[in-house]
Amino acid sequence: MLLILFVYVKGILARNFHLIDHRNKWALMKHYIVIVGCGRLGSLLANHLSGKGNNVIIIDKAHKAFERLSTDFSGYKIVGDATEQSVLREANISKANFCFSATQNDNINLMVAQIARTIFEVPHVLARISDPAREAIYREFGIQTISPTQLTADSFLQYVKATES
Amino acid sequence: MRVILIGGDETVYFLARQLRKKGKHITIINKNELECQILVKQTEATIIHGNGTDHQTLEDAGARQADVVLALTPHDQDNLVACQIAKKLFGVPRTIAIVNDPENEEVFEKLGVDHAFSATKVIGMMIEQRAAFDDIKRLMPVGEGEVHFADIELDRESPAIGKRMMDLNFSRDTLVACIIRDGEVIIPRGSNQLQVGDHVLIISKPGKHDKDIALLTGEEV
Repeated sequence: MLLILFVYVKGILARNFHLIDHRNKWALMKHYIVIVGCGRLGSLLANHLSGKGNNVIIIDKAHKAFERLSTDFSGYKIVGDATEQSVLREANISKANFCFSATQNDNINLMVAQIARTIFEVPHVLARISDPAREAIYREFGIQTISPTQLTADSFLQYVKATES
Repeated sequence: MRVILIGGDETVYFLARQLRKKGKHITIINKNELECQILVKQTEATIIHGNGTDHQTLEDAGARQADVVLALTPHDQDNLVACQIAKKLFGVPRTIAIVNDPENEEVFEKLGVDHAFSATKVIGMMIEQRAAFDDIKRLMPVGEGEVHFADIELDRESPAIGKRMMDLNFSRDTLVACIIRDGEVIIPRGSNQLQVGDHVLIISKPGKHDKDIALLTGEEV
């Protein structure tokens, strides 16, 4: 009898502790994230980050682009051109911890990333750049960039290398 | 002096002609093949068909030797990137960009472009001034719009006709530079009387000058 009670109490404690632990994790992880461009990449990031309980703001020129967001997306959507400062201010970007510029246009991404970093002082900014040459130039200028083309090429090359060995 | 122009519309054509007249060496980078063909015929510039934000194209256009790069495309982001690559990668001493969003003037300069200006803002300002006063012949903002220069022709309805300069209550921020009467220039003194047909040239600070212009035109502000 005592043993059963002990196991029961232990179970409750464990569950509660787990819960508390879980909540803390969520509280720690909660970020204010601005994503520019709701294409395949932007919407994927937005759905994922919003699902993890982050505060996500997504900006796209076309309202239709937001159809890519899942029904669970609980963030805020803004229709507008992110190269205009008024749109970024509407997104309250100066409060953001992260800004991901993920449109299909390299130059828009570079411009938005630099405005976010320099004018609005967002601590973590990442720009998607398709052209590896341009990515290399801007990385040298000190802009955090990510090149899907380069990453895909690297994966292919790694695969080839793996089959050789 | 070597100048690289990026873009394609009338502005590029006009600038290429103006600068060529002044003996500058002009290279134009344009994305559109058809426009390139037209530019080849209409200007004496070297025309490069390509993307002005691409470092290879800029290098082909002679960015390493260029003294000035003018980015005149209708896309702010392209003008920014073209100027930044020209400046930082090729060390072009002067980079100038036009922007759509007037707020981007300041942003571009913070991001390393030497000079950025919004054509929308300049044109908008001029139209606004002209719409407000019919009698103003020429009005142009000088020094980034901090100073306005206006040429006002006095018609019969003008409340200033017959009045002496000293009787007109201009604000301290407005200077009557000169009066042009029948093709002759008069440097105004307090005793000069204004007549129908006089051209009054005034220099003023924006914001303040509406009231002073109204003294000459009589139009409600």
